[in-house]
Amino acid sequence: MLTKRIIPCLDIKNGRTVKGVSFVNLQDAGDPVELAARYSGQGADELCLLDITATLEGRSTFIKVVEEVASAVSIPFTVGGGISSESQVEVLLSSGADKVSVNTSAISDPGLVTRLSRAFGNQCVVVAIDARFTEGEWQVVSHAGTRTTGLLAEDWAREVCDRGAGEILLTSFTADGSRKGFSNDITSAISNRLPIPVIASGGAGTPAHFYDVFTKGGADAALAAGIFHYGVVSIEEVKSYLKERGIAVRA
Amino acid sequence: MKQSIKIISYGAGNIASVKNALGRLGIDAGLAYSPAELETADKIIFPGVGHAKPAMENLKKAGLDTAIREFKRPVLGICLGMQLMAASSEEGNMEGLGLFPGTIKRFSGSIKVPHMGWNSIREFRGPLFRGVEPGSHAYFVHSYYLPRADITAATCEYGTIFSAAAWRDNFFGLQFHPEKSGATGNLILKNFIEI
Repeated sequence: MLTKRIIPCLDIKNGRTVKGVSFVNLQDAGDPVELAARYSGQGADELCLLDITATLEGRSTFIKVVEEVASAVSIPFTVGGGISSESQVEVLLSSGADKVSVNTSAISDPGLVTRLSRAFGNQCVVVAIDARFTEGEWQVVSHAGTRTTGLLAEDWAREVCDRGAGEILLTSFTADGSRKGFSNDITSAISNRLPIPVIASGGAGTPAHFYDVFTKGGADAALAAGIFHYGVVSIEEVKSYLKERGIAVRA
Repeated sequence: MKQSIKIISYGAGNIASVKNALGRLGIDAGLAYSPAELETADKIIFPGVGHAKPAMENLKKAGLDTAIREFKRPVLGICLGMQLMAASSEEGNMEGLGLFPGTIKRFSGSIKVPHMGWNSIREFRGPLFRGVEPGSHAYFVHSYYLPRADITAATCEYGTIFSAAAWRDNFFGLQFHPEKSGATGNLILKNFIEI
């Protein structure tokens, strides 16, 4: 049986993980390679590396991180952050990334999704959608939530699916950081209507939240950052909670 | 003596991942772009992602289709590589290398496509699965599959029961990605190295 995936996300700036990481026994909590290996050892099903660097110099450092993570871990990982061209994707995939995620650049240039999926196959094209519940609607926001786009999350999800996205990473900006649970309603509206996998993100605080997003939200995978980094809950705890309640997870 | 494993590079592969995985097992695999580079190889790994048709065209252009077919030592096709080893494929409606009888089909029904993530594998046959627990999880990413048949060497269920692996003579195929399947994948690759 296909299992539900648990995906920790690492924010990387100038080659270092940001957000405090409270793991004991980590020699260097800021080292993304060591952290990636740690999460892999704890049973993470995939990893997500998000480059939040703005400078060109930082970008080349990020490529080096991708290469090192690829040689250190034997699970798949997605990279994202500022990707807007085929040539960038080519470099990232040949550096060892398995998938790339595009976000703002896909909104300004929807054809990018089509081109990437034709060039590299839909299996490696993840479209990240940031949504916020405003005025009774789930609206797509961009530029890390600072701008509205005029798009509705469900419509945009369908469009990128039709354009060849292999997967959707849906982040609820309404729930993000709250630790009060994922936004199961919009996750379900997208995941249960589209024929591609959906990764839910934003709002994870307890193992029960993961259970809810898989059952009520119909998500195929769930992503979290803070709760894993700060040791609020571990991947093992989430997985054993899910397993006890009959959700298929990888041992 | 250390063996020589060559990874076929034909513009449709997840070469870096496969090379990294072998590196973790102590094998420094070389890349092969032409039939001549396969002559001294003890084993071949034939990876692949993306669309079947351009991949097959690239293979033919380099003369690698015949070289793989005529190779007498172990060959391991991964994902699209395994699918190209079948007789034919619905993807692009084309002929494959004909090393595994059968036609590659697209997943259909109410399931999500691609089949993406960790799924359990069982019903093992052959040397690649020595020591692998039935029900172990492997990482899959694909929209097409080889139906279950005599040459099936492992099965997986996703809407239908399909071939997670195939084996005939010196030809092996894995639908999942052993290079991305954690400890289970490492064991399977190690078994291939030790054949």
